[in-house]
Formats: sequence, structure tokens, C-alpha cells
Amino acid sequence: MQREGSLYTVIFTTVLCGICSILVASAAVGLKERQQINQILDRQHKILLVSGLVSHSEKLSREGIQKKFKENIDTRLVNFETGDYATDIPVETFDPKRALKDPNLSKKAPPNLAGLVDIPKYGFVYFVKRQGQIDEIILPIQGRGLWSMLYGYLALDKDLNTVRGIIFYEHGETPGLGGEIENPRWCQLWRGRKVYDSAGEVKLSVIKGQAGTVDADPHHVDGLSGATMTSRGVTNLIHFWLSDSGYGKYIKNKKQQGSL
Amino acid sequence: MIEHYMALFIKSAFIENMALAFFLGMCSFMAVSRKVETAIGLGIAVIFVLVLAVVTSNLIFNYLLREGAMAWIHPGLANVDLSFLSFLAYIGSIAALVQLVEMFLDRFVPTLYSALGIFLPLIAVNCAILGAALFMEQRDYAFGDSVVFAIGSGIGWALAVIGMAAIREKLRYSNVPAGLRGLGLAFILTGLMALGFLAFSGIQL
Amino acid sequence: MSAIFGKKERTTLIDPLFNNNPIALQILGICSALAVTTKLDKAIVMAISLTIVTAFSNLSISLIRNLVPTNVRIIIQLTIIASLVIIADQILKAFVPAISKQLSVFVGLIITNCIVMGRAEAYAMQNPPWESFLDGIGNGLGYSMILIILGFFRELFGSGKILGYTVLKTINEGGWYNPNGLLLMAPGALFIIAILIWLLRVWKPEQQEKE
Repeated sequence: MQREGSLYTVIFTTVLCGICSILVASAAVGLKERQQINQILDRQHKILLVSGLVSHSEKLSREGIQKKFKENIDTRLVNFETGDYATDIPVETFDPKRALKDPNLSKKAPPNLAGLVDIPKYGFVYFVKRQGQIDEIILPIQGRGLWSMLYGYLALDKDLNTVRGIIFYEHGETPGLGGEIENPRWCQLWRGRKVYDSAGEVKLSVIKGQAGTVDADPHHVDGLSGATMTSRGVTNLIHFWLSDSGYGKYIKNKKQQGSL
Repeated sequence: MIEHYMALFIKSAFIENMALAFFLGMCSFMAVSRKVETAIGLGIAVIFVLVLAVVTSNLIFNYLLREGAMAWIHPGLANVDLSFLSFLAYIGSIAALVQLVEMFLDRFVPTLYSALGIFLPLIAVNCAILGAALFMEQRDYAFGDSVVFAIGSGIGWALAVIGMAAIREKLRYSNVPAGLRGLGLAFILTGLMALGFLAFSGIQL
Repeated sequence: MSAIFGKKERTTLIDPLFNNNPIALQILGICSALAVTTKLDKAIVMAISLTIVTAFSNLSISLIRNLVPTNVRIIIQLTIIASLVIIADQILKAFVPAISKQLSVFVGLIITNCIVMGRAEAYAMQNPPWESFLDGIGNGLGYSMILIILGFFRELFGSGKILGYTVLKTINEGGWYNPNGLLLMAPGALFIIAILIWLLRVWKPEQQEKE
């Protein structure tokens, strides 16, 4: 057959595309499950880290993470509008990222500084149990930093005001500058700070420079040096998610009821 | 809405400049920035192809590849997720687009073709184009957003390459250490330009 | 082709490191060299992926080089490269998810990395498979070398760490080192690469450009 003929070209390209697509598809399908498990495990691991149930130096196997998560963490869904638990949606299948595509599950965010356009109508809360009692709650948070969206978790004490921990698990900030939001030392500075002032306003902020001790300066956290914009982004997203547009209503409700 | 698009435009053209903040399209950036005239030609060609490519990729991604995207063909396809094919689909459509644009210009606008002709094949492998398509997917831009984003980043890239060429033209008369001549100096210049563009990064939109 | 590792094969492998470095001399593939080098681990993963993709794309293109119809050869090369990159990307996502997330779109950009295309077109189309494979590895290594040097200096002086382990204790962590944030940003990478090229060209003057 002629090498430059059209028929040869068509046959050759088809065969080649066939081979390539088989290779690509089998790699993608074969590895998909592993990728999904990785992602779930990563989230569970981050939740365990922020709850303080697992330390950063601790190495856990995949099964270890799953077991610990199952034993100590309860997941519930909160309706942001009513500020109460959502009963009409199954917790297991809810996916906040996918909910954004569904007009029944999401809405336009009110004007905000956290760079959020659409937000889901529901959000997860994770209860951390110690000796069978709910000891702290963990809220997913997200918002715009300098270059990228920051995704993280905030752990609050059962008084719903004191910060127990914070962690960011996904961001695209410059490593070493804004990327320091990952630094456990910095996250440690959040411990014990208070979210709300006595009037119930969100006061917790990352300031420029150094904050005082937890007792003297309960609403401020040290800024990240060289990363003013990322620090400001963190403040904005905390303010958004703990205000009435986010978990604020839920927290107020629960404070009034006096129990979770 | 206009405000949102303006912000996106400024951001993609200046704050997140394809060439100076993400280093995309550096190969042709270095190679074609010796003369302002050619830089302008390449810049225009990039804007043109980038907009077409990002818009096409956006349609391909939203109506064929993403999870559940094919539900419009048949409800039974609602669970199909082909997003792993995105690289292949984008590079294929970019290559095809470049070819089409080339044939179209050759046939209907020969003057433009003779000006841009030599740059078009170069563009098929310009990572700024594929990069923009991938950013569009990663950041989940809607159709309108992706058009504005493409125009912004195309213009940003063109501005950077033209500015760079202007500086390099002036530098031809300076005495540069032998080892630094050419490529080495070009990198330092790009670094300085990137430093200048960093000033935009503090702008809150 | 007398020996598998004869003199010719060795040159094919070593030459791209210093004498004909893809980044420093051929101006190929700088795009991703800069964006992924803020941390050494990212740079290493990127370097390995690129080396493997280049080697295998060279190998497969060389295997079919006598069958490819010339008028569609660029598209064919792109298809093969894109398929290999997708596979690499899927593997990274499955086994090193954290780093794969940080590399974000830059793994995909290996497709348009001029090294891969350039070597396929310039070498693999004319040479037998084994040599093409070595040429791929060699060029991959040349690229890796620059990437790793960049990653090393940027992480060390930018955040005082190597592969995440503290070497120079920074002021933030209670040490003495005041990290140089500029190195972590775009311009820093460009300056370091310029210095590297300068040093290489002082060492090997025949690479200097006459303008």
C-alpha cells in the first residue's frame, strides 16, 4: 500500500487512535477507584489532624485512618438558611462541589470578600467524640487567597466559640509565603482564640504582624510574613463562614438551645 | 455582571499574566522577542488562537467530557465521566484549529496570512494556549467567563512579548558580558518584567 | 549497533546534560521548568515524569517512524505524547495525590513541552528505537538537572528547607534565617536560570551567542 495515499493515512490514524484510546482508557478506569479512595482518605486524615485526634508526626495506614474516623467522628448536614440539621438530604451522598451545579442545592452567595460566587445551601459539620461525648465540632471553610481558592477545616470547642484548630488542605498559594497556611506552627497559634465577641459579632482575624497571647488578645492571629493578601483571604473566609451566610445561624441556634 | 467580567479581564491580563506569572509560552516568548515587529505578529496570532481554543475547549468540556455532560444526548449517558480525555481533546482541537485558521487566512485574508503565517504552526505547541484551556477547566469557568479570560490572557501574553521585544531591541547596542549575551540576558529581563508585574498582585478586585 | 552501551550510546545519553542542554542551549521546555520549582519534591516528580514521557514517546515514535504518513506526522506525534501524558497524570493522581495537586495543570503541559515534541521530530523520526529511547532519557535528564538545581536553591533559600526538612531555621519558626521570598516568586526563578546559563557558558565558551 502507498505510504502517502489517503486510504493509508486514514487506516493508520484509526489504528493508532484505537491503540492510544485503549491504553488511556484502561489507565484511567483502572486507577480511578484508587484516586477516589485517596481523596476521601486525605479529607478524613485532615479532619482527624485538625481535631487533634491524630498528630502530624503520626503515620497511619489507610485502614487506620478509616477506623479512627469511623469511631470518633459523626457527620451531619446543616441547612444554612434555617440553621438546623438538614433532614431531607442523605449525608452519605452529599457532595458540596457537585451541589454547586444543582440549582436546588445551591444559591448565589451574598456579596462577600471571600471571593465566593455560588455556595451550596447545605454544609457538613463533623462532631468529634471523646469518651462518647461530643467534644468539638469541625466546619469546612473555603475562600479566595491571593492566587487560588483555599480549602480547609476549622475546629471549634463545644462552646462554639473557642478555636481548637485550623487546617488547610488545598490551595495554590506560593510555597514558603502564602503556602505557610499549611504550616502546623502557624495553625497552632489559632488554638484558644475566640471567634465571637460578647455581642455575637465575628471578630476572629489574621492581623499584620504579631498578635498578643491568647488571653490578652483573643480575637487576633499572627499574620504570615510576606503574605498579606493570603492572610487577608483567611480572615475574609472565616468571617464569611461564621456569619449568617454560613454557619452563623446554626451556631446561634445551638447556643440558644444549649446543646448540639 | 460587567464589573465581574472587568475584574476577570484585569486579573487574567495583568495579575495572573500567562507569561510572567505562570511562565507559559516561554519557548516562543524567548525565541520571537528579538524584534518588535515579529513580536506584534506573534502576539496577535496568539490572542486569536487562544480565544478560539479556550472557547472550543470550554464547549467540549461542558458538553462532552465532564461528568454527566453527555446527558443532553441521552439520559442514559448521565453517569459517563470522560474528563480524563481532556488533554487529548484540547490538544487535538488546538492543532485542528490552527490548521483551519491557517487555511482560512490563506484563502480569504492573504495579507494577514503572509504576516502571521509563519507563526501559526509555532502556536500549536505554545503552552500558553493549552495552559489557558487547562486553567479554564480547573477553575471551572462558565462560557462567558472563559471568553473574557481568554481575551484577557491573550492580550496579557501579547503585551508581555511586545514589551520584551522592545527592551531587547534597545539592548542590542549595549555591552553585555559574553556568557550572558542572548538567552541569559533575556531571562534576566523577563525576571525584571515579572518583578514589575508583581506590583499588580496586591490589587484586590 | 554493535553494543547496547557502546560509545555512541553513551554520548547520546550524556551529551544533553552539559554540551547540548535542552533548556540552557536549545531553549526548549522552559515553560514548566520555572513554575514547578518552588519546592524540590515537586521539581523531582515533574523531572521524572518528563523523562519517562520523553523516553517512551521517543521509543514509540521511533518504532513506527517508517510507517507514519508524513502529512499527518505532527498530529500523530501529539496523539502519542498526549496519551502518555494522560497515563502519567493518572498514575500521579493515584499514587502521589498531594504532589499531583500542587503540580496542577503543569503535568498536562508536558504535552506542549517543546523538549518532548522537539526530540520526537528531530531525533526519533530518524533513528532506531534503542538510541531514540536513550536520547529521550538523556534529554529528560538534562532537563531534570536544571529543574533539580532550581528546585534546590529556591526551596533552600526561599523557605530554608530541603524536601520539607528544615535546614536553615527561619525566623518564623524561631530560628535565625530570614528567608528570601523573592526566590519563591516568578522573578527569582528567572534570575537563577540566567545565572546558571551564564556559568555554563563561561565554562563552555563555544555555547556563547554572537549578537
